Amino acid sequence: MIIANRLRDGVVVFLGPGEGWEPSIAAGTVIEEANDAERLLAVAKRHEGECRVIDPILIEVEIKDGKPRPIAIREVVRAFGPTVRTDLTEV
Amino acid sequence: MYRYDEFDERFVHERVTQFRRQVQRRLKGELTEDQFRPLRLMNGLYLQLHAYMLRINVPYGTLSSKQMRKFAYIARTYDKNYGHFTTRQNIQYNWIKLEQTPDILKHLADVEVTGIQSSGNCVRNITSDQYAGRAKDELADPRIYCELLRQYSFLHPEFSYLPRKFKIAVTGSPNDRAAVAVHDIGLRMHKNEQGEIGFEVLVGGGLGRTPYIGQTIRKWLAPEHLLSYVESILRIYNMQGRRDNIHKARIKIIVNQMGIDKYRELVDQDWEFTKNGVLKVPDEEVARINAYFAAPTYEKLADQTAALTKLRAGDKAFDRWLRGNVIEHKVPGYAIVNLSLKAPGKAPGDITADKMDAVADLADRYSLGEIRVSHRQNLVFVDVKQSELYELWHKLVDLELATPNLGLLTDIICCPGLDFCALANARSIPIAQDISRAFTDLDELQKIGQFTINISGCMNACGHHHVGHIGILGVDKRNEEFFQLTLGGSSDQRASLGDRLGPGLPQSEIPAAIRKIVDTYLVVREQGERFLDTYRRIGIEPFKRAVYGDQSQAA
Repeated sequence: MIIANRLRDGVVVFLGPGEGWEPSIAAGTVIEEANDAERLLAVAKRHEGECRVIDPILIEVEIKDGKPRPIAIREVVRAFGPTVRTDLTEV
Repeated sequence: MYRYDEFDERFVHERVTQFRRQVQRRLKGELTEDQFRPLRLMNGLYLQLHAYMLRINVPYGTLSSKQMRKFAYIARTYDKNYGHFTTRQNIQYNWIKLEQTPDILKHLADVEVTGIQSSGNCVRNITSDQYAGRAKDELADPRIYCELLRQYSFLHPEFSYLPRKFKIAVTGSPNDRAAVAVHDIGLRMHKNEQGEIGFEVLVGGGLGRTPYIGQTIRKWLAPEHLLSYVESILRIYNMQGRRDNIHKARIKIIVNQMGIDKYRELVDQDWEFTKNGVLKVPDEEVARINAYFAAPTYEKLADQTAALTKLRAGDKAFDRWLRGNVIEHKVPGYAIVNLSLKAPGKAPGDITADKMDAVADLADRYSLGEIRVSHRQNLVFVDVKQSELYELWHKLVDLELATPNLGLLTDIICCPGLDFCALANARSIPIAQDISRAFTDLDELQKIGQFTINISGCMNACGHHHVGHIGILGVDKRNEEFFQLTLGGSSDQRASLGDRLGPGLPQSEIPAAIRKIVDTYLVVREQGERFLDTYRRIGIEPFKRAVYGDQSQAA
């Protein structure tokens, strides 16, 4: 998947269908092919140049209970919010 | 109470207008992120994991109730109803929107607060003793000299692009509550043989990846030379500092590579040209700044010890709080009251908007409208009448701000860690929560006695783990969080860096490890010894065996 922060408010977003940016990881596009990863990352970089997002990167995810979940702890926290304030974020 | 002078007030408002234009240009694409980043950092705005984070200075940890209400307003209106007080006596908001930041800064400028120099490679917000101006053991109010240094270093053209950030702390008391030995420059007031007050100047202290205790570069410096001498230290650093390697760019690296004697020699050579020049501080200027920090007019009150003793005898919980969280004031009939932001299970330093408002109201009612922030992430009322302590205590209990754990094992310093911070490797707040839940017996905490636990989620050491009696450092090992313990650190007048106990442990094993260390200490401590004293006497081995058992040999 491609993750970034939205420029205007810093919210964590995922590149989704139709080249839109989704605040929910569940709505993001899971990329399975290397070619698609390269193409979509180029799209994300273009969006960065257009001041829509900051620092788009590819992250690895696994599918758990039919939903994507990042592999790296850091990206899990980014995707689901602080583990100490689950009242504030989507889990 | 300190207030801006007319220059600061005008400038800070102009800066907000300037930043508003910069944000607009960024949003329109006229500035790239690389161009914009240093501009936002100059105003205290970071991009963290979940959102932008805004760091606001609380100069020398001193706040008015009006400013605290504004913090509450910002938390409620622009953030998620809370803020986080930091080890640099600042407040951070975790959920800030870039497009709203100029409005936030405007609100803050209206109450004389700013994020300028809370970030970037400049002289950062200068920190000090949270009891400054009120402590009985103090020689003079250190904030006067903090303010002098701030006015001097604020946007100083020569020192706005240093090799790396630069932190200064000042204590006016022999009992160092400002951790001056782990700052780039630490200033300790003391008297020379003639009985004159001056500064011992320490240089090259710091934590992070390569921790050092500061070394004495000058044993006694007359206050009139403070600016010129600090300028020479900064100038040598600015010229010699490693700009090629961010991990070697702090002054501590230079001082320790060339040696303190050589650094002193270079500073003295530079200082020779400036010490009697324009930076010599006139007495009138000190007096002018002093007036900004003038103590309030106190009532002539009788000491209430007898009455308090009676109340304490009938109320064990009050007795415990008074013994733990209330400090002697220099004026008879008054007391200094610490508000613990470390209730069991809470994130150290966090406070909700509603509680900020309640604290502001209590400050107005009981403490002449003033609040302090400590580097241990608690709040303080510095002017409470002893006769009103019992009433105030009840109100603090209702707010969950009266946990009687000041200086005890659960008075934990903790950085935001991987739950919020883009630099962190591991989560630190859950560790603090686990420990505070494992040690809730107040009798036990008092029996254990003075004890500091400091937790950082990465090597950058915002949680000061190197100088905790127990330090806890979060590390990432193949995508799993582990926590390394260090023992024997201290940030007071006998500062020391902790020694690594052994291999990192998973989160689930930390409370039990702390328990084993504490139990070992309780068995071997001698009369009147704190944990730190016992550790310094017996060394690390007994604790290593307690935590790792037979594996300690392998470790």
